[in-house]
Amino acid sequence: MSDAALLALSLAEARDGLARKLFSARELTTAYNDAVAEAEPLNAYITPTPERALAMADAADERLARGVGLPLDGIPVAVKDLFCTKDILTTAGSHILDGFRPPYESTVTEKLWQAGAVMLGKTNLDEFAMGSSNTTSWYGPVENPWRRQSGTKMGDNRPLVPGGSSGGSAAAVAAHAALAATGTDTGGSIRQPASFCGIVGLKPTYGRCSRWGVVAYASSLDHPGPMGRTVRDVAILLRAMAGHDPRDSTSAPLMVPDYEAALDGGFRGLRVGIPKEYRVDGMADEIEALWRQGVEWLREAGAEPVEISLPMTKYALPAYYMIALAEASSNLARYDGVRFGLRVEGDGLEEMYELTRAVGFGAEVRRRVLIGTYVLSAGYYDAYYLKAQRVRTLIARDFAAAFEQVDCILTPTAPSAAFAISEKSGDPIEMYLNDVFTVPANLAGVPAVSVPAGLSRDGLPLGLQITGRAFDEETVLRAAGVLERAAQFGHLPGFVAGGRS
Amino acid sequence: MTESHSGKWETVIGLEVHAQVVSKAKLFSGAATDFGAKPNTQVSPVDAAFPGMLPVINRFCVEQAVKTGLGLAAEINLTSVFERKNYFYPDLPAGYQISQYQQPVVGQGRVSLDMPDGTVREIGITRLHLEQDAGKSLHDQHPTLTYVDLNRAGVALMEIVSEPDLRSAEEAGLYLRKLRSILRYLGTCDGNMEEGSLRCDCNVSVRRPGEPLGTRCEIKNLNSIRYVMQAIDYEARRQIELIEEGSRVEQQTRLFDVGRGVTRPMRSKEEAHDYRYFPDPDLLPLTLDPDWVEQIRAALPELPDAKKARFMSEHGLSAEDAGVLVAEKETALFFERVAGERDAKMAANWVMGDLFGALNRLGIGIEQSPVSAGQLGALIDLIADGTISGRLAKDVFAEMVASGADPVAIVAAKGLRQVTDSAAIEAAIDAVLTAQADKVAEYRAGRDKLYGFFVGQIMRATQGKANPALVNQLLKQKLAG
Repeated sequence: MSDAALLALSLAEARDGLARKLFSARELTTAYNDAVAEAEPLNAYITPTPERALAMADAADERLARGVGLPLDGIPVAVKDLFCTKDILTTAGSHILDGFRPPYESTVTEKLWQAGAVMLGKTNLDEFAMGSSNTTSWYGPVENPWRRQSGTKMGDNRPLVPGGSSGGSAAAVAAHAALAATGTDTGGSIRQPASFCGIVGLKPTYGRCSRWGVVAYASSLDHPGPMGRTVRDVAILLRAMAGHDPRDSTSAPLMVPDYEAALDGGFRGLRVGIPKEYRVDGMADEIEALWRQGVEWLREAGAEPVEISLPMTKYALPAYYMIALAEASSNLARYDGVRFGLRVEGDGLEEMYELTRAVGFGAEVRRRVLIGTYVLSAGYYDAYYLKAQRVRTLIARDFAAAFEQVDCILTPTAPSAAFAISEKSGDPIEMYLNDVFTVPANLAGVPAVSVPAGLSRDGLPLGLQITGRAFDEETVLRAAGVLERAAQFGHLPGFVAGGRS
Repeated sequence: MTESHSGKWETVIGLEVHAQVVSKAKLFSGAATDFGAKPNTQVSPVDAAFPGMLPVINRFCVEQAVKTGLGLAAEINLTSVFERKNYFYPDLPAGYQISQYQQPVVGQGRVSLDMPDGTVREIGITRLHLEQDAGKSLHDQHPTLTYVDLNRAGVALMEIVSEPDLRSAEEAGLYLRKLRSILRYLGTCDGNMEEGSLRCDCNVSVRRPGEPLGTRCEIKNLNSIRYVMQAIDYEARRQIELIEEGSRVEQQTRLFDVGRGVTRPMRSKEEAHDYRYFPDPDLLPLTLDPDWVEQIRAALPELPDAKKARFMSEHGLSAEDAGVLVAEKETALFFERVAGERDAKMAANWVMGDLFGALNRLGIGIEQSPVSAGQLGALIDLIADGTISGRLAKDVFAEMVASGADPVAIVAAKGLRQVTDSAAIEAAIDAVLTAQADKVAEYRAGRDKLYGFFVGQIMRATQGKANPALVNQLLKQKLAG
C-alpha cells in the first residue's frame, strides 16, 4: 500500500487492515512518522516521538502476530500536549513548563497505551488551553491545513487558524499527520477546532474521561475527549479513553458502553431539539443554511425535529468566562518557579515569583489569571463568581428540561468558519465569541460532538453539533453518524501528508 | 478579671487549635506522615502540586474528624465543602490550601472545664474543619537561600475553633489541656506540641466588664501551653496599657517572641491576605452517611468527663482525685488496671502518691513507668493479704522502681515477709517492755504518748516485719495487763 493510501485509512479501516495483516503496525507507523515530518510547516506538533512510536508499533506487531491483539493495537495517535506523558516533555504550550518531564502518565493516555495505541507525539495547543485559535502557544501558532479556495469572492490564500485550543490535534488529524488524537474541551476546545479543520471531535460527559494527569485549565469545565476523521473512529477512541478513575474525585463510577456498536442502533422516532436561542447576531447565512440542512437530514433519517427553548443561553458565555478564569487563576498558581519548569531568578522570593510568571506566561494567560483573580476577590465574589455559578445551575436546568422533550439537540458548532488571525481585531471579546455555541455543554457537563457537514462558500469546512443527555454519548454518536452519512463530507484540506491518494 | 489603676478589665480569648490528625496517610494523597523522616521523602506528586495531579479525600481522616466532633459533643454536618484558600508561599506548592470555609464538617460543640474552685465552665466550640498542612521552609540551611521540606505538606489538620468564652490565660491553659486530653482519648491527635501536632492561634481582646467586645489581635502559631498563657498575659496587658494611655488597639496579626516574652506585629488588617476562597472544583462536596456517623458514635471510647463521673460513683473517689486520674488517658488506664477488683482508694493513693513521685523524680511519663500496673496491683495485694505492712510496701516499691522486679520476688529475696506469728511478736514485745520497765511505769502512770515509742521499739526489734495490727493488739493487752 502506498503511504498516501495508508494515511487515508480511517482508524476503523486501519484497525481492520492490521487485524487482517494487510500491513504491519510498523509500516503504518513509519508512514505516520514520515507524515508528521512532512506536516512540520503546520507546526501541529511540539514534540514528535517517532522512536517511541516505532517501539510501540513493534510491540503491537508482536501481539498481533501472536493473535493477542488489543483493541487499538498499532493505531498511531497524537496527544494534545496538555496530557502528562511519563518522561516526555509536557509543555501545555507554555514557556513556564520549560523542560518539564512528568514522572507519571495521565490516566487517559495510559489507557490508550494499554489498548495498544502508538504515540506519534505531543500536539500544539493554545497556552494552557486558553484560546480558540491556537495562536497563544509559546511554540508558535498552528496553521490550518485548509485554505480558502482561490477564485471565490472572499478567497485569498492567507494561512488560517485551526481553531483552539486543541488546534494541533485537529490540524494533525485533518492533514493525515495523525490517525486520531486526544483533545481537551473546556469551552469548545475539541469541537470548534474539529469544525474548523473538517474532522469529528467529541466532548464526552463531565466525569466520563479522567482528568488525572491532564494539566488543569478550569477543573469543573475541562473534558478530555477524542478527535478523529469519522464518527466511528471517535466512538472507538472514546471507549478506550473513558472509564472510572479513583484518582479523579469527579470521575463517574459507570461502566463504559461499546460506543462503536451503539452506532448501529435505531434512529427512527428520535426527537431532535432545535433551540431557537442559537440564532445569534452576526452568524453567517451559510451556517444558518447548513443548520436547516442538518434538520432535514435528521428528519429524512426518521427523526422528529422539535423546536425547543434554552432561555439561559445568552448568559452562558459570560458565566463561562467568570467560572473558567476564576478556576484558572487558582489552578495556575502552582507555576511559581519553585519546583519545576522555568525559574527566573530575582532579588528575593517576591521578585522571583513576579519575574517567573511575567516571563513564563503569555499575554492571554496573564489576562485570564488577572480576570480570574479579580472575580474571586473580596467584594466581587458574589457579584461575579457566585452569580456565574447560579447561571450555570440554570443552564444545566435548561438542558434537563429540554431533555424531557427531546433525545438530543442540533446546533451549529461555531458561528464562523476558520479565519486568518489578521482578520480579528485583537479584541479578546471577539475571540471569546467563537465559543458561543460550545460553552453551554461545558457548563452543563453534557456530551456534545462536532461533525463536518459542509463547506462554506469559500471552501472551508463547517461543523454541526449534536448535544445529548449526560452519559448518553451513544445517542449523540448515533445522531452524528446519521449527519455524517447524509452530509457525505469527503473533502480533503489543501494540505494532506503523503499527498492525495 | 484584671485590676489596674483605672479599674477592672476583662480579657476575652478565643482559640484556634490546629490538631494534626492521627493517620498513616495524608488528607488528599497516599503519602506517609511519619514525623522526623528525611526532608522531602514523604511527598507524592499530589503534595508537590505537579501539573495534572488531583486530590482524593482520605476517608480515614474524615472519620477522625467526625470522631473528634462527636467527642466535642458537636453537630456533624452531613454535607460539607472543601474550598481553596489562595496565597503564594514556597511551602504551599499549589498556591492554595485545601480547607473548609463556609461549610465545615463539624459545627457547634462544647468542652467542659473543671475550674480550680470546683465549678465547671462550659466553653463553646464554634466549628471544626479539615484542612491540609503546609510544608516547612528552612531558612537556616544556606546563607542566602531558603530550603523547602514538603514532608508535612498535605498532612491532615483539624482546625478547632472555640467561641470567645475564655477569660484568662489560666482558662486558656485549662481549655488546651482538656482539649488535648479529649483528642488523646479519641486517638485522633497525639497532642504532641513539641512535634507540632498541636498548634494554637489566640484571639485576644480586652474590655470593661459588661461592655461590648474590644478590638482583637490574633497571636499566631504558638506551640506550647506555657507560651499560650504567657502570650495572652502579655497581650492583655499591652492592650490595657494602650487603652489607658488613650490610644486604640489596632486589629493585627501578631507573633510571640519566645525569647523576650512579648508579642510583635506581623501584619495589620490592611495587609491581610485576600484568600479568594472558592469551592475546590477537584473535589465533590463531602457527604456523610448518617448510619456511618452513628457507627462512629457507638464506637466512641469513654471520654474524661464520663470516666471521672464513673471513678467517683463506682470507686468512691473524690472529684479532685478522679479529675487528676482522668486528665491523661494513659494515667486513667494505668489506674484502672491497678484498681481492678482491689481497693480503689488505695490504688488511687499509690498511683497519685508514690508512683507520680517516682515518675517526677525520673522525669518520665506514665507510659515509661518502670513499675507496671500489674506490678503495682500485686504490691497492693501483698498489703491487703497482710504479707507486708504498708510501711514495708514503701521500701518494696522503691526497689521495684529501681530494679523493675516483681514485688513478690523482692519480698521473697529480701525476706521482708511480715511476721504474723503472735508468739514471735509477743516475745519481741516482752523483750522491749522488760528493757524499758521504767517507761512502762510512766505509761501506766498516764503518759499515753509513750505508746508510739513502744511500737517503734518493737518494729525496730523485728526489722519492721511485724504485722502492725497484731503489734497493736498484743501491745495494748500487755500494757493493760
